[in-house]
Amino acid sequence: MTGFTGIAVLCFLVLYAPLVPLVVYSFNHGSSLAIWEGLSLRWYYSAWENELVQEATIRSLVLAISAAVISTAVATMAALGTTRTSPYKGLTLVYALINQPLMVPEIVTAVALLIVFAVIRAATDYHGMAYLILAHTAFCIPFAYLPIRARLEGMDLTLETAAADLYATPLKAFKRVTLPLLWPGILAGFMLAFVISLDDVVITELVKSAGQDTLPTYMLGQLRRVITPEVNAISTVLLAISVVVVTIFFFLNKEKR
Amino acid sequence: MRGDTDFAVQVKGVTKVFGTGAQAFRAVDEVSIDIQQNEFLTLLGPSGCGKTTLLRMIAGFEHPTAGQILLDGAEISHLPPYQRPVNTVFQSYALFPHMTVAQNIAFGLEMLGKPAGEVRQTVDAMLTLVRMAELRDRRTDQISGGQQQRVALARALAPHPKVLLLDEPLSALDYKLRKDMQIELKRLQSETGITFVFVTHDQEEALTMSNRVAVMNQGKILQLGTPRDIYDHPAERFVADFIGDTNFLNAQVVNSAGGKVTLKLTAGEEVTADLPGGVAPPVAGDSVTAVVRWEHAKLTAQGAGQLSGTLANVVYVGTDTHYYVELSDGTTFVSRIQNSRDDELTFSEGMPVGVSIESNGVQVVRN
Repeated sequence: MTGFTGIAVLCFLVLYAPLVPLVVYSFNHGSSLAIWEGLSLRWYYSAWENELVQEATIRSLVLAISAAVISTAVATMAALGTTRTSPYKGLTLVYALINQPLMVPEIVTAVALLIVFAVIRAATDYHGMAYLILAHTAFCIPFAYLPIRARLEGMDLTLETAAADLYATPLKAFKRVTLPLLWPGILAGFMLAFVISLDDVVITELVKSAGQDTLPTYMLGQLRRVITPEVNAISTVLLAISVVVVTIFFFLNKEKR
Repeated sequence: MRGDTDFAVQVKGVTKVFGTGAQAFRAVDEVSIDIQQNEFLTLLGPSGCGKTTLLRMIAGFEHPTAGQILLDGAEISHLPPYQRPVNTVFQSYALFPHMTVAQNIAFGLEMLGKPAGEVRQTVDAMLTLVRMAELRDRRTDQISGGQQQRVALARALAPHPKVLLLDEPLSALDYKLRKDMQIELKRLQSETGITFVFVTHDQEEALTMSNRVAVMNQGKILQLGTPRDIYDHPAERFVADFIGDTNFLNAQVVNSAGGKVTLKLTAGEEVTADLPGGVAPPVAGDSVTAVVRWEHAKLTAQGAGQLSGTLANVVYVGTDTHYYVELSDGTTFVSRIQNSRDDELTFSEGMPVGVSIESNGVQVVRN
């Protein structure tokens, strides 16, 4: 089995090794990405002080939280509609439609949205956040949907039958039995959607109105000009947030059903 | 309109068909049964015989394709389960994993909107009834299978349903615990005075606990009666075969009069057989099936007894010994003899033997 261990180690190396210099140089005192000039939190401080970064961060969080909340609510309803109904004609098609964002190339969706939103912008003269929230909600839905559906499918249906047998109306059975048991799945779906929205670049770049940079698109903009370890510092923070959220997601999913 | 309220449940010509067209499956086929108040009634049959479907229709989880179900004389066939004063103990128990033992038991009462004080009192009474008071705050995954079983019972009994439905609730327990729970269930039924409808494929459970047993096969009730009726006077070949250990003998009717039939056994002599109620009297010359329970025949010397053959096999099973006799017509006949201390083995394999059947030991069944 040593051969397989070797391949596994190589895969992990390819996946994670490039992250090491990124994180290390975020703590570099100098402004070079290649010459180490001593340990410092200078670039973290500089990013913290940068008003553009502050704005982009707040926008990213507002966007990610809005998109995650809406997509999780929609995904929960979709998951109930695809697991708690007797199988109907076209159920497979419904699965496919819900998971569409996983199949359609992101750039295609982005271009399509760019065109549609351009028309709406021209007609309504509205330039707010709603475009981004709508677009992010749409591509977050399958990510929220999958863990919720998995949880629902793993749940013993007899529990809901038992609730009905014990005089619970369908609504009460949902509130007292289904929802509490589904909760870890909903949280997991929310966190996955949040992370996916937080680091989206392609759709955001094409859909955003002027002055609506999110953290990733701001960083992309910076990289086109001059590269400073400030970008490394922001990347490291984003990385840390993702690791924490995904770890919580992992433990939620692992929790006993 | 209220009908005859001597009956807790009346099932009238109920049919349940699953699927449509070529895949249609008649799970329950025009079944009618009147279940008395305070009765312990068991639906007994092999898996797929329709017993669970019938139970689920009384609970409201399935709706009949045809026919009516009445509860205390009122039609309930199309009410949803949460509007029926009927509770179920599920085979898998289906305890709510996010609630404690006490919260599980309180659930039905809370859904009925009972005041908090009454809920607490009833929950306490139920915990005492099933002897689980000290485990009230445990989570349901922290208690044993037998204890989960008791909680499931308490939860279903707490709202004091008109009828308690039990869907093979003992099948997940080991032998010793199952024995204890059989007695426990009988006690709970007499203490609460609630009508119990119990579903099982286990004949021993059915015979020990029930006031009456309905034997089902292929969606129909074949025979309904007290455990003694069912065991002593099976009316159908299937019933005789499913309950108890039974020999089937081919015979020809010599004559038939007043509930008694004289038969000529293909593998032996003429015997007098009982005709259970519900079996149409045969006429002379008819070919019929006669049944003899294993314990109603014993071995004798060759030439004595109504049957003769060769002793093929002797199987010792602790309390009893089973003697397998190959009869002259090729069928195998088994005799079960209870063992005692001063037995001496007088029969050995390969010996020609006779079989002596007790008087009233033979009867005719429907094929």
